[in-house]
Amino acid sequence: MAVNTDKNSYTILFAIAMVVVVGSLLAFTASSLRPNIEENERMEKQQNILYAMGINGNEGTSDITFISTAEVAEAFSTKVSEQIVLEYKDGQIIQEMTREEYMEANNKQEPYLIDVKKQQTRTKEGKSRFLPLFKGATKDGDTVYVAPIRGKGLWDAIWGYIALDKNMVVKGAFFDHAGETPGLGANIKQRYFMDDFEGEHLLSESGAFKGINVAKGNNDPRNDRKEDHAVDALAGATITGDGISDMIRNDLKLYLPYFKNLKTN
Amino acid sequence: MGLLSKKDAKLITDPLTDNNPITIQVLGICSALAITAELKASLVMGIAVLFVLGVGNVVISLMRNIIPSKIRIIVQLIVVASLVIIVDQVLKAYAFELSKTLSVFIGLIITNCIIMGRFEAFALGNGPWRSFLDGIGNALGYAVILIIVGFFRELLGSGSLFGFPVLGDAIEKTGVYSIGYENNGFMLMPPMALIIVGLIIWVQRSRNKDLIED
Repeated sequence: MAVNTDKNSYTILFAIAMVVVVGSLLAFTASSLRPNIEENERMEKQQNILYAMGINGNEGTSDITFISTAEVAEAFSTKVSEQIVLEYKDGQIIQEMTREEYMEANNKQEPYLIDVKKQQTRTKEGKSRFLPLFKGATKDGDTVYVAPIRGKGLWDAIWGYIALDKNMVVKGAFFDHAGETPGLGANIKQRYFMDDFEGEHLLSESGAFKGINVAKGNNDPRNDRKEDHAVDALAGATITGDGISDMIRNDLKLYLPYFKNLKTN
Repeated sequence: MGLLSKKDAKLITDPLTDNNPITIQVLGICSALAITAELKASLVMGIAVLFVLGVGNVVISLMRNIIPSKIRIIVQLIVVASLVIIVDQVLKAYAFELSKTLSVFIGLIITNCIIMGRFEAFALGNGPWRSFLDGIGNALGYAVILIIVGFFRELLGSGSLFGFPVLGDAIEKTGVYSIGYENNGFMLMPPMALIIVGLIIWVQRSRNKDLIED
């Protein structure tokens, strides 16, 4: 049966049929796979937080290795001793909530699932914003506080988790990205980049917030200078690196009142 | 090749040599520049395109008699985009780690001109089996160039291959670095991919004068 594929009516019918078929196929795939995908993303967040705390499968100079998905739920519940949620507005922390208090007030949402992007838009709208903070212990038993950060890279979102001690010295860092260039910006997810942040100070001597710059010409490849507020940039990834500096500065600065308070107590 | 007739075998071997999609047809240059800073990314991209082009060519070929010619480009675009999205979703659900590795390539695959080029030039006029072979052949031709470029860029730019430091440690000055060798950071920049592709084109055309256009 030969159809005249040049007729306008045929073209329109074909377009409609195609849209319906493809649309329902995609919708069906997306909705039937959603539970699995959500579960995977949930575990990934736990793995990332634990990674920043130093609870991971890294051995020697291996690639980044997360704790296995089989162990992650148990490790997360035992190693993260407290999930704190701070309510922040206009440079001040107006409320400090425990996990239970937060979940009570927010439809039973776990604090580690707080969407940092949504919270950032709340600040822009002039509303208060929730800052999650995960208290736990590293492998050596030091107390650390892990905070999520999020910002813009060259092509798409970049985000990460930074583990800090009570003086806001970095104890561990984890970065990830949605679509940075493989081999260039995507290298923020490499250990040699993340590991450089360990030991870097966020605060100046006087206690003011300075952040960490991903700096070109830092000339410190072994990262011997821990108090210069800078780590070596990646070749060919200037904008991604600037995105890292920005998100560290913008998001971690908000936690400053909490850490100041922690020190005086 | 006993399995394939001579004509069919040419569909696979031609794109590897005298009708290479990158060096002769000059398609797919954008992704060849973007992701060849390291060998692993080149390999992953090659495999992903191999899959999408093989399957996509078959789908388009099966539909070739019912696609209205006025909207064929849009139809091709929809086929490749939905194919890629479905694969991405399935990977996210059942092979999460792998999907994280591939995520950045998704956009690059959909916009890869080799895919649209082969749909348009071959799959619309040929049967599914021949289209499949054509897809595989072109994807392999693409992958070969990517891997060659990735090999040189990673070796000269980072002193490693597949992330393994083959030239010694640049920071601790071991291996060749101990005699004053330095990595060439410029190799990591996209323009160097173009220069390496240019060198490949030069070599290829000086070996086979038939390829030189007037």
